[in-house]
Amino acid sequence: MDYEKIEASAARRARAGKSLTYLFLAIWALIVLFPFYWMLLTSIKSYGAYNTEYVPKFFTLAPTLQNYAEAFTAVPLGKYFLNTVIFTLVTTVLMLIVTVLAAFAFSRLDFRGKDLLFTFFLALMMIPGELVVITNFQTITNAGLRNTFAGLILPSVTSVFYIYLLKENFEQIPDELYRAAKVDGSTDFRYLTRVMIPICRPTIITVTILKVIECWNSFVWPRLITDDTNYFLVSNGIQAIRENGFGRENIPAMMAAVVVISVPLIVLFLIFRKKIMAGVSRGGTKG
Amino acid sequence: MNNRSYKGWLYLLPAILFLGAFMVYPLVDVFVYSFEEGYNSASQSFFGTGLYNYGYVLRDEYFLRALKNTFLLVIITVPLSTGLALLISVALNSIKKLRELFQTIYFLPYVTNTLAVGLVFMILFKKTAYTEGLVNMVINFFGSPSIDFINGPYWAKMFVLCFYTIWVVLPFKILILTSALASVRQDFYNAARLDATPKWRVFTRITLPMISPQLFYLIITGFIGAFKAYSDAVAIFGIDLNAAGMNTIVGYVYDMLYGNGGGWPSYASAAAIILFAIVLTITCINLLVSRKHVYYV
Amino acid sequence: MKVVLEHLTKRFPSRNKKDKSEVVAVNDMSFEIPDGKLVGLLGPSGCGKSTALNLISGLETPTEGKIFFGEDDVTKLPPERRGVGLVFQNYALYPHLTVRQNILFPLQNLRGEAKLPKEVMEEKVLEAAKLVQIEQLLERKPSEMSGGQQQRVAIARALVKMPRVLLLDEPLSNLDARLRLQTREEIRRIQRETGVTTVFVTHDQEEAMSISDVIVVMKDGVLQQTGKPQEVYNDPDNLFVAKFLGTPPINVFDGSVRGGTLFIGEDAVMKVQGVADGPYTVGVRPEAFRVRDDGPLCCALETVEVMGRDTTIISTHPAMQGVSIRSVISAEYAEGVGGETVRFYLKTAKVHLFDPESGARVRFAEAEAL
Repeated sequence: MDYEKIEASAARRARAGKSLTYLFLAIWALIVLFPFYWMLLTSIKSYGAYNTEYVPKFFTLAPTLQNYAEAFTAVPLGKYFLNTVIFTLVTTVLMLIVTVLAAFAFSRLDFRGKDLLFTFFLALMMIPGELVVITNFQTITNAGLRNTFAGLILPSVTSVFYIYLLKENFEQIPDELYRAAKVDGSTDFRYLTRVMIPICRPTIITVTILKVIECWNSFVWPRLITDDTNYFLVSNGIQAIRENGFGRENIPAMMAAVVVISVPLIVLFLIFRKKIMAGVSRGGTKG
Repeated sequence: MNNRSYKGWLYLLPAILFLGAFMVYPLVDVFVYSFEEGYNSASQSFFGTGLYNYGYVLRDEYFLRALKNTFLLVIITVPLSTGLALLISVALNSIKKLRELFQTIYFLPYVTNTLAVGLVFMILFKKTAYTEGLVNMVINFFGSPSIDFINGPYWAKMFVLCFYTIWVVLPFKILILTSALASVRQDFYNAARLDATPKWRVFTRITLPMISPQLFYLIITGFIGAFKAYSDAVAIFGIDLNAAGMNTIVGYVYDMLYGNGGGWPSYASAAAIILFAIVLTITCINLLVSRKHVYYV
Repeated sequence: MKVVLEHLTKRFPSRNKKDKSEVVAVNDMSFEIPDGKLVGLLGPSGCGKSTALNLISGLETPTEGKIFFGEDDVTKLPPERRGVGLVFQNYALYPHLTVRQNILFPLQNLRGEAKLPKEVMEEKVLEAAKLVQIEQLLERKPSEMSGGQQQRVAIARALVKMPRVLLLDEPLSNLDARLRLQTREEIRRIQRETGVTTVFVTHDQEEAMSISDVIVVMKDGVLQQTGKPQEVYNDPDNLFVAKFLGTPPINVFDGSVRGGTLFIGEDAVMKVQGVADGPYTVGVRPEAFRVRDDGPLCCALETVEVMGRDTTIISTHPAMQGVSIRSVISAEYAEGVGGETVRFYLKTAKVHLFDPESGARVRFAEAEAL
C-alpha cells in the first residue's frame, strides 16, 4: 500500500471540502447581509439620484443625510420611536413584576390549589394568541381604550411561558437558603428581592431581552388598536409610511426610516450577543 | 384559609387578573362569538346561534384563497428552511475559523423588525417605472426577461413570500441546530472514525439520531409558525392582502375583525378556530410521527 | 501484532494564546509491545498516557517519531486505516442503537472486498457478544444496562472487527470498586482468549500490576520504565517508579553510605558493596521489615494494625520522609510488638538506594543485613 499517496489525496479532498464549506457559508452570509447593506446604501442616496438609476448602483459617491432629516420631519418618525420606547419599557417592566411574583408563588410558597393552578397555567401556554386577539379587540374597544397606551400595553403584558421559565429557575435555588433567611427573620418579599432575584439574574435578563425584542417588533396588536398616528409604534409607522409614503414614492427616505427602526435592536444584539443567543435558544420562538 | 395560603394567592393575583382578562375570558368568548350568527360590531346584535359562521367562512372565496396560500407557504417553507438550517449548521460545525462571525451574521434577521426589512425585500424585488429592481437586474444578466415579483404572477409573489419567510425563520433554526450539533460528544465521532465509518453514514446513523429531538422540535414549531404567517406577507405586499391575492388565514381573521370589510368578529372567530383546529391536527400528527422516529435520551 | 514506538514526541500548543510555549505531552518515548501481550500504560493523571494511546490509535498524530504495527509504518496512517479497536473511557456507545446494532456498526462500515454477507455479520456479533458474555442483552439499549455491562458491549464492539491492536482508555475508572475487580479479570480473560495485542491506560498501579504482562510507567510525558510488573516492582529504575508502585507505598528515608555500611539516619542497617560513600535516598518496601529485639533500625512505635494474616506496624523514624513508616509483617512475628519502640532488621533485596538529587537508582553489588 502506498500510504503517502492515499494521504495526499485525502488531504486534497479535505481541502476542497473545506473551501466549498466556506464558500457556501459565505454565500448565505451575503444573502443575510445584503438587505442590510441595501437599506443603508439606499438611505444615503439622494432622492434624485435614486430615481435616475434605472440600473441600481452598488455604491454611491454622493452620500447624503437628507433622507434622515426627511424621515424625521415629513412623517412623525420621532413620535413613533418614542411611543415604541414607552410601550416597550412599560410592558417589559409590568411583565417582569407580574412574572416574578407569580413564579415566586409557584416555586416557593405553599397554598391550596397550587398544583391545579399551575397545570392550568401550563395549559394556557398552548393557546395561540390569534384566538384571543378577537375578544381582546372587542374588550379594549368597548372600554374606550383604543388609541391609548393602556389599550396597547395591558393585553401585551402576560406571558405564561416566562412564568414557567422563571419558576423552573427559582426552584433550583436550594431550600436551605430560604430556611436560613427565615431563621434570620427575613420576610418572603425581602427574600425574593434580596436572594432569589439576584441569584436568578441571568434568567431574568434573558426574559427581559426576549420581551424587549417582542415588544419592539410587535405589529398586529398595535395595528388593530390604533388608528391615530399619535399612538403608532414603529412597525405601524413603517407600514403607514409604506402605504401613504412621503406623499410620493420616496424610497431613500423610507429606507432611512427603516434604518432608524432597525438600529436599536441590532446595537442591543451586538452588545449582548452571547446573552441574547443563549436566551433565545432557551426560550425563544419566532417563525 | 390560613395566612400562608392567602399570601400565595396574593402574589399570584396580578398574573391571574391579566391572564383571566386577556386570555381565559377571550378564549371562552371566541367560541361564543363563533356561534353567534351575524354578529355585528356596530349594532352589537345577532340573530341566532349555530354553525352558520363556519359555513360562511368555509364558502368565502377570500378564506379559501388564504387557506391555499397558507398551505402552500407551509409546505414550501417548513422543509426548505429546516433543511437549509441543517445544512448551514453542519457546515458551521465543521469549521473553526470565522465560526463566531458567521453565527453572529446569521442571527441578525432574528433581531430585526419584520415589517421594516420586508420593505427592503419589496424594493429589491419590485419592478417600477423607474427601475427594474435589483433582482430583475440579476435575472436580466442571465438573459431572462424581468418578472414583477410584487404585482406580477402568483408564483412569483409566492416565491418572494417564501424566500422572505425562510430568511426570517432561519436564525432561530440555525441557532438551535448548531447548539444541538455541538452537544454531540466528540467520542462518538472518534469511535465512528476508528471504525472507518463513511461520512454520510456518520451523519445519518449518528448525527441525525442524536439531534432528532431538536430537529422535530423545529419542525413542529415551524409548522405552527408558518400556519400563523401574516406580518411577512404584509411587509411585502402591503396591508390589503386580499387585493394582492396573498392573504393568509391569520390575515383573513384580522381583516374580518378590523380594516377593510371588518367589523365581523363572529366570522373572525370562526376562522381563527378553524385555524386552531388545523394547527392542532398537524401538531398531533407530527407528535405521532416523532414518537416513531425520534430518539430521546 | 507487535507495536513499536520509536522516539515518539507529541507537542501541543499552549492553551494560553499569548504564551507561545508548547506543552510536551509525550517526550521522546520508545518502547516495543510484544505480539499478543496485555500492556498497562501507567502513570499519574496528566502524565501523557492518554495522549500516547491516542497516538497509537491515530486520533492524534505525533510531532516527531514513528509508530509501527508489525513491520508497517503507520505513523501517517489515519485512524480508520489502522485497524485498531478503542474502548473509550465513557464507552461512547451509541445511545439510540441497541447492543446488537452497536456491535454490528463497525462491520457495516466494511466496503468493497471486505464487505461481509449479512449472516456472517450476525454470526460475528453473536460471537463477540458471547466472548464478553452479554448474548442475552443484545436487544437492550445502552441506557438500560449497568456500567459493567456497557463496558462489555464497548469491548465487544471494539473486538468484532478483529482489530490488529485493542486499546482501552481507563477501562475501569467508571465502575464501582466491586465491579472493578471483576471486570479487570474479565479483560484479562478476553485478552487471553482472543490473543489480540492490547494496551490499556490507567492511573491505578494495582490495576496495572494485577493483569498486565508488561507495564509501562510514565511521568510528565517521559517513559520511566517498562517490564513485567513484578520485575519493575522488585527492581525499579528510579525513585518515582519505586514510589508509584506498591501498596502500601515504599518507605523513604534519608540515608548515607560510609565505609561500606548503609546508615538510615544514624542507624547502621546494612553492609553494602560496590557503592561510593555519600548521601543516598533509601527506599524500603513495607515487606522488607523484620522485627528483631536487637534489630539495627530503631523506630518509635505508633500503632499496630492487625488485619488477619498480616500485621501493619506504623512507626516513625527521625530520618524518614513523609509522616510515618508502614511495615507489613506476618502476624506470627509481630506478636511481641509493643511499648515505646520497635526494632527492625531489613531484607536486603527489598531495600533500594537512589541518588538524592536525580532520584536515579544506585544499584549495589552485594549486601548483607545487620
